[in-house]
Amino acid sequence: MDDLLQDFIAETREMLEAIAGEIVAWEADPSDRARLDGIFRFVHTVKGSCGFLDLPRLARLSHAAEDVLGELRAGERIADTRLVNAVLGVVDRIGALAEAIGAGTSLPDAEDHRLIAALHAPPAAAPDTPPEFPPEPQARAVARTVRLPIDLLDRMMGSVSDMVLARNELARRLREADAGTPLETAFERLSTCVAEMRDAITRTRMQRIDSVLSTLPRLVRDVAGETGKLVSLALEGGDVELDREMIEMIRDPLIHVLRNAIDHGIEPPEERRRLGKPATGRVRVEARQAGNHILILIYDDGRGIDGDRVAAKAVASGIITAAQAGTLDRRRKMELIFAPGLSTAETVTTLSGRGVGMDVVRANVERIGGQVEVDSRPGRGSRMTLRVPLTLSIIPALTLGAGDCHFAMPRAAIEEIVGTAGDRVRIETLGGSETATIRGRRLPLVRLGALMGLGEAEGAPGDAAGVPPILMLLRPAGGSVFALGVDAVYDHEELVVKPAAPAMMACGLYAGTALPDNGQPMLLLDPGGIARAAGVPLLPGDPEAAPDDVPVETVPALLFRDTDGTARGVRLAVVERVIEAPAAALVLRAGMMRLIHGGALLPLLACRPLDTPCATTVLLLTDGVTPFGYAIASPGDIREIDAAMMPAPSPGPVAGVVLVEGEAVELLDPFWLFAEAARAVPVPAGAVVALALRADQTDPWTREVLRPLIETAGYDVRFVAAGEPADLVIACEGAEPAVAAPSGCPAPVLRLRSGIDPDDDPESIWRYDREALLGAVRRRIGGGRA
Amino acid sequence: MTAATMSLPATHCPTMTALHLIVRIAGQQVALPAGPVDSVIRIDTISPVPCVPSHIAGLVALRSRVLTIVDCLDSLGLGRSLRTGVQCAVAVTIDGHRYGLLVDAVLDVVTIAEAPRPVDLALSPGWARAACGLVEHDGAALLLLDPAALVAGPAAA
Repeated sequence: MDDLLQDFIAETREMLEAIAGEIVAWEADPSDRARLDGIFRFVHTVKGSCGFLDLPRLARLSHAAEDVLGELRAGERIADTRLVNAVLGVVDRIGALAEAIGAGTSLPDAEDHRLIAALHAPPAAAPDTPPEFPPEPQARAVARTVRLPIDLLDRMMGSVSDMVLARNELARRLREADAGTPLETAFERLSTCVAEMRDAITRTRMQRIDSVLSTLPRLVRDVAGETGKLVSLALEGGDVELDREMIEMIRDPLIHVLRNAIDHGIEPPEERRRLGKPATGRVRVEARQAGNHILILIYDDGRGIDGDRVAAKAVASGIITAAQAGTLDRRRKMELIFAPGLSTAETVTTLSGRGVGMDVVRANVERIGGQVEVDSRPGRGSRMTLRVPLTLSIIPALTLGAGDCHFAMPRAAIEEIVGTAGDRVRIETLGGSETATIRGRRLPLVRLGALMGLGEAEGAPGDAAGVPPILMLLRPAGGSVFALGVDAVYDHEELVVKPAAPAMMACGLYAGTALPDNGQPMLLLDPGGIARAAGVPLLPGDPEAAPDDVPVETVPALLFRDTDGTARGVRLAVVERVIEAPAAALVLRAGMMRLIHGGALLPLLACRPLDTPCATTVLLLTDGVTPFGYAIASPGDIREIDAAMMPAPSPGPVAGVVLVEGEAVELLDPFWLFAEAARAVPVPAGAVVALALRADQTDPWTREVLRPLIETAGYDVRFVAAGEPADLVIACEGAEPAVAAPSGCPAPVLRLRSGIDPDDDPESIWRYDREALLGAVRRRIGGGRA
Repeated sequence: MTAATMSLPATHCPTMTALHLIVRIAGQQVALPAGPVDSVIRIDTISPVPCVPSHIAGLVALRSRVLTIVDCLDSLGLGRSLRTGVQCAVAVTIDGHRYGLLVDAVLDVVTIAEAPRPVDLALSPGWARAACGLVEHDGAALLLLDPAALVAGPAAA
């Protein structure tokens, strides 16, 4: 019985989430039969379940709602605002009662009667509109899924993690014992199975972000109602998948940002009208995947964030000094909205639930290894970006040592790792705090060992002042870069991270516990917490750290694994986006692989020729004119790389090599690739050279064979009559030489012959000698391309 | 590495069960309610953790799980355990987190039917913080310790 009840509550919750969007859509258009059917199905299901679970109150509510909805379906009643509100009230009440049953609490039932009475109230005087023709209700796809308790999934995940550890242990033993080949082969097979299983179970934890997004229309409706604003919401990217735990973690921050966008961003309708904006404010929530991250963007077209006002408020609240405020640029001023203490009175008093300040939003997103960014144009609107890792449980990290302790640092926060050997790094003490100057960039220095009260590792290189051998440049989300001095950096690992015990989290330096492959548990460091503990200023940052002043030129590049397994990179500026292309989108046409994307046929290049279409990841590159695809194996991180690279000895797809975190990465040559791609696409309009051609237009060969050839070479051919000025005259065999040189405008003449042998005219060109013909055109006119 | 040596019936009933673990801490026999206890384990290498209260001895791995090791001696304000070499610990789950309580030895698992009596003795502050009653076993009175209080340590007082 208990199980049945639990299932009922879970099911009700799920259905409520699923129909939240439909309810709002129905409210906007009460004649929408499909939505009405969806809501009817919901109350009908609830009523059915209540019957045999013996839940009289829920049964009464759902029964009343079903009656009214049935009348609406039959056209006996017309849905007006009051009725819609009454139905929504009942739907909400059903959700609240179900939750109360789940929590073992009870709700007073006076409200039930009021809601039921509201349903049966006589309809307000509504215009007698004829019922519209009901659209065909859309058939719902039958989901081939099973419901599993999360515990079970967690236990499976735990077991698989155990298996991975056991495998690693076994691998170590096998290496030590120097086992024979048959044993190794068998172990390899086992190892592959374990890896596959881990992948599969990781995927079972993935859920479509839709489960959060689908609850937003209702939220937006409610918030807009509370604040007296008109808001339309657009959702995009609901099919993006995310670890289910992560979905729970982003729910509150997302809801809060959205509430803020409506509450503080969107102006009241009258004000919008006065400003010449549409009365209904627009809010868009968009989710998309970018590498190992999910981006959730929240746009609004409201009043935007006035950086100066935020800065003034921050100065007034004593968060920064007026002098500091003067040095901040626009973006940094806006980022002050995340500073703790810069909340409005409303957000300070309501501590629980949704009413948290933006600082809490940022703290929550950072806690799961994410980042929040803000951008805004006053008067035009703002954009919040929540960037969160794909999964909560597996975080790419570097393991490092300080004193006798080992720690892990999330890769996302690490900007660069610098060795202090040599004179590349200068360490100075300024007013009691240390700074490290790296390539002219002065950064606060925090020694991890000293901060944690650990002794420096024995035998660690370093001078008398104890210069830490390795500096990790960290950028805590939203904060400014600082250098963390550590004794050693060991390895890169994908770590399964679990929350640490409260006693350890309390010190604020750790983000969780992890068990690396060697089986020695370690703590994941929290870069933001370290910065706070060491007193590194998080927001203002010294102007020297501004990227504009960095003397060493770096460029952002997207790193990826190429189809031949080599680590390569490409400058980010030429990357339009990364897409997954199904095999069906690849076609072998006209001698090369092409990609069908967005209704266009693009050339698809790769490091080695593609001969069979198969599903692949594709980088869409563009120089603004020529888009083309480049097939890769898998995308990686975006990194700032040294603009100065070791050039390749000869021109080709690879321009040169740069060192990124100790790995030699080949950088693609955009110039060469675009040249290659440009061969395969029609000449874009801008690059065309107009060519007035005087030739015998009546000759089909000239018109249908010669003209397209010259056009393919990059000319816009226009035939001109005999008297008009021409850029080029093409004279075919037998044509009158007189047309060649009209008086006053001497045009170059190209003579073509139909025979392959130059019998009588050695300067003429055989008309099927493509190279010679186009070469001659180019020599005489210029422009075009090879 | 660690190895589980004894498993106990897992029960998450919030009320006190009659099943108790008799362990020795700081040379004294005491009782622990078996409710939050998962297993009894032997541990050898504790990875130390800096910047945490002193009764948190560090971390150990129990298969793929990470346990936070609590030094009961330190938690009771009686000094510090050795924290090296093979040691005995009681694995417990409190508020969803897993801990290992360092003990001298685990002596027995017994059923004590009678409800614990209130502590009517003048205990040292550390013991007073952790004790939640007195139980009778084999004709001797044993202090019943609250694992959650041991985990919380002196700071929580």
